[in-house]
Amino acid sequence: MANIDELLKYSKTHEWVKDEDGVITIGLSDFAQEELGDIVFINLPMEGDEVVAGEAFADVESVKAVSDVYSPVTGVVEAINEELMDNPALVNEAPYDAWFVKVSEVTDTEDLLDADAYAEFCESEKE
Amino acid sequence: MGSYIPNTGDERLQMLESIGLENIDQLYDIVPEEVRLKELNLESGLSELEVSKKVKAAANKNKVFDSIFRGAGSYNHYIPSIVKTITSKEEFVTAYTPYQAEISQGILQSIFEYQTQICELTGMDVSNASVYDGATAAAESVLMNVDGRRKLSVVVSETVNPDVLTVVKTYCESRNVPVTVVPKKDNATDIDALKEAIQKDTACVYVQSPNYYGIIEDMDSIVAVSHEKGTKVAMGVNPISMGLLKTPAEYGVDIACGEGQPLGIPMGFGGPYLGFMAATKDMMRKLPGRIVGQTTDADGKRCYVLTLQAREQHIRREKASSNICSNEALCAMTASVYLAAMGAKGLMTVAKNSASHAHYLAGKLSEIEGFCLVNHKPFFNEFLMTCPVDACKLNKKLAENGILGGLPVDSGILWCATEMNSKEDIDNLVSLVKEFVKEAE
Amino acid sequence: MELLFERSREGRGQTILPQCDVPEYEFDSALLREKAPRLPEISEIDLGRHYTELAGETHGVNNGFYPLGSCTMKYNPRINEELSALNGFTGLHPLQPQCTAQGALQVIYETQKMICEITGMDDMTMQPAAGAHGEYTGLLLIRNYHKERGELQKRTKIIVPDSAHGTNPASAVMAGFKVVSVPSNEFGGVDLEALKAAVGDDTAGLMLTNPNTLGLFDPNILEITKIIHDAGGLCYYDGANLNAVMGHARPGDMGFDCVHVNLHKTFSTPHGGGGPGAGPVGCKAFLKDYLPSPQVKKDENGYSLFVPEKTMGKVRDFYGNFLVVVRAYAYILTLGKEGIPEASANAVLNANYMMNKLKGSYTIAYDTQCMHEFVMDIGPLKSETGISAMDVAKRLLDCGIHPPTMYFPLIVHEALMIEPTETESKETLDKACEFFLNIYKEAKENPEVLHSAPNNCTIGRPDDVLAARNPVLKYSFE
Repeated sequence: MANIDELLKYSKTHEWVKDEDGVITIGLSDFAQEELGDIVFINLPMEGDEVVAGEAFADVESVKAVSDVYSPVTGVVEAINEELMDNPALVNEAPYDAWFVKVSEVTDTEDLLDADAYAEFCESEKE
Repeated sequence: MGSYIPNTGDERLQMLESIGLENIDQLYDIVPEEVRLKELNLESGLSELEVSKKVKAAANKNKVFDSIFRGAGSYNHYIPSIVKTITSKEEFVTAYTPYQAEISQGILQSIFEYQTQICELTGMDVSNASVYDGATAAAESVLMNVDGRRKLSVVVSETVNPDVLTVVKTYCESRNVPVTVVPKKDNATDIDALKEAIQKDTACVYVQSPNYYGIIEDMDSIVAVSHEKGTKVAMGVNPISMGLLKTPAEYGVDIACGEGQPLGIPMGFGGPYLGFMAATKDMMRKLPGRIVGQTTDADGKRCYVLTLQAREQHIRREKASSNICSNEALCAMTASVYLAAMGAKGLMTVAKNSASHAHYLAGKLSEIEGFCLVNHKPFFNEFLMTCPVDACKLNKKLAENGILGGLPVDSGILWCATEMNSKEDIDNLVSLVKEFVKEAE
Repeated sequence: MELLFERSREGRGQTILPQCDVPEYEFDSALLREKAPRLPEISEIDLGRHYTELAGETHGVNNGFYPLGSCTMKYNPRINEELSALNGFTGLHPLQPQCTAQGALQVIYETQKMICEITGMDDMTMQPAAGAHGEYTGLLLIRNYHKERGELQKRTKIIVPDSAHGTNPASAVMAGFKVVSVPSNEFGGVDLEALKAAVGDDTAGLMLTNPNTLGLFDPNILEITKIIHDAGGLCYYDGANLNAVMGHARPGDMGFDCVHVNLHKTFSTPHGGGGPGAGPVGCKAFLKDYLPSPQVKKDENGYSLFVPEKTMGKVRDFYGNFLVVVRAYAYILTLGKEGIPEASANAVLNANYMMNKLKGSYTIAYDTQCMHEFVMDIGPLKSETGISAMDVAKRLLDCGIHPPTMYFPLIVHEALMIEPTETESKETLDKACEFFLNIYKEAKENPEVLHSAPNNCTIGRPDDVLAARNPVLKYSFE
């Protein structure tokens, strides 16, 4: 059973979201990293790039697959986690510490799930 | 009629019976009647002896020149005997892409060795397992820098091989990537024009050195001007020249690419050839095509696999930056065996002898009135020279004497020499040219 | 195994070239490289043995059965190798005068004519160097066709079934199109209703493999191509599976406008460990003016090169992988009008024979008479025993068989795609089936042996994750 951080919000495409005074931090959930398996590389946007709610802003590579990571918000990338470029395994090891980007100037946000609703959603995905 | 099907008529019947069919036509019952073909309009098949005679007759209709003074993208170099012996081993010839690493270590290791040698030749950090040829290598080199967001166009020097330029333009046009061609000045890249051509959205500048006219380009300025404007530089090189001349890495370029044919691959009327591509480390994941990497097996033993595959089309599908899904593995192995057989000293000798022969040829031809070097710039083993007589007629006379003369280019002749053109051959060529000029007077 | 560089000893090597017989030219030192490349210094005997060892760790068609689906690993006749190595071909400079290369131009011209006949096309280019390269070239024909008619702005979409090779969508994007995926129906064919819903005045064309990647011939093919044509699009035939239907059905008669063929699959030229192959592209007459430059023609003066009127440009230098074309030429001459359809029929027979023997145990993804290949679904076995397609494949390595294509097509999750080809004998197929059935038994009785397979190879399963996380792409010289 995947670990779900109670304090975070989630998208249906398995990103977690943390809102700190309007700065949105985005990462991949434990459920997502388990499904993907060993992650070998992460493509991140550049600082200053615009991201759009519902559209891909990054992708993660495992050995045999590549998956898009979708932005739950529209805004501007304020910071990227450069450590992930060198050590993508962090996403497998500690998904809720391994943030991808911080987004500011947010103008639009998707409907997000709280931890309970997300846990339910993951269950339904498994079937 | 020849056939490579082992099963006899009886065996085929047994097999049909086992699947509940009576005749072989029933295998095609699902094909609609309207598209069933009655008969192919081809000749009947031939025995091996007949095929051999027919194809040899075609080969014999071609003229193989004893002495070749033409390059322009395909070069006549000596191929050590061991090269063909090794690369015709049936395991290498009849294997496919090494998907199953456990029974493909031979091919994988040979590609890993090839990648290492290409990095050594060019000085670059990473090489892929090769692409189709030098022209597609150039096209892939410029396109790998186009990101669809900030970097949208490319700049190519007019002094690159014109066929390579056409391939780059074809590849770019279909992706809606604008190509700006920088005009030449005295048959070298015009640095001022280059400066002007590079825009904010220019993804990459492509130049070739030695260029189409044989001239060694002012790479220092080209790299400085491009990098100053935040544009990557891809440089096409003749791999033989790397035995001697400054490497792309020493000039600070981002991508080195080129035609690997001079490395032990026969001219073969244009193919198969070998496109090599190498880049700086930070561009590793943008390189298209196959790449082999070192890893360990379950017991910790060193081994090799196809790696970084998530870049590729079979995983990334429509998001892949290139559709290439093969390489020219056997040609890459050929180049690798060639480089191992020659060694650094041997390669340097090929480069030196080629350059020395070319300069000797240029000197001797210059003694004939009307034959002058078009440009007085450093060249490697090709040079453009004026021709006071009809170049085609001159070449015809040379051909009668078993010599393939230089390529007529821009009302002059683009001459080429390699280690294959001995002093005797060159002196013979020069005296034939002299004769012809005299006759023409 | 040691690397070439580890076998290197300073001062070793052969004298291959003579001393320079003209004054040695000295370049300005600013133009010279600082350090010599670290190429191996190796004696000829060690060089020979190095590659003999590498050959021992390579599995080719000549080593054993190679049922790699979609790749048509048929026998590569030796005579073709011998003929392509004739000095009258290898010694030709591509830019030598055309009158001195008549035999070479003849080979290109006649091979094109013969493959046009086999595919039902009117003209052909030999320039593309591989199948994916051919796809790209074919799509450029479609692109240029719409462009000339002023419809390129509007016709931006290429329709590709979800069972297609990954190269199809990637090629479409390279050719400047967007990809629309259409689902397969319950028989593994194109879902006609979904196709009808997908077409419109934005349709540039369709890319289709028939038989498809499941090894099934789509009986609705005429309707499929008509739907595309009625919408104003063109139909592209991916010739990857042509070995199933040569001499029995032609893409040109199925309604396709252009096609690529793989000389290294269908026409027996060797795969060379991943290349060189060749992917000639054929087209109907109305597209021929867009073909890459140059093309070969024949008239009373013999063979010559010309630039097609509205050429797309070039997709490769010169005339393609010419020496590969020589091999295909010899092959087609050998088989001829009777041998070509016979080859395909026996490829189909061999596939059905194998499928029939295996289907009592393994699950066949679409259990119906197949063409030249079939797809097994290891999914049911996996849910029962935990044994995956990968495990089955790895166990086959122990049996001296190259595994089938794994995990493709994507629409079958635990796919093993088997293509025996016509050049395998009944007893080879029997033996292989025996191995497959034995593995099936092992999966149920002794799954451990499958998880740890292969056990008889020179290496065990490699660590792909380590390779991708810490890429080591060249020797370190340390």
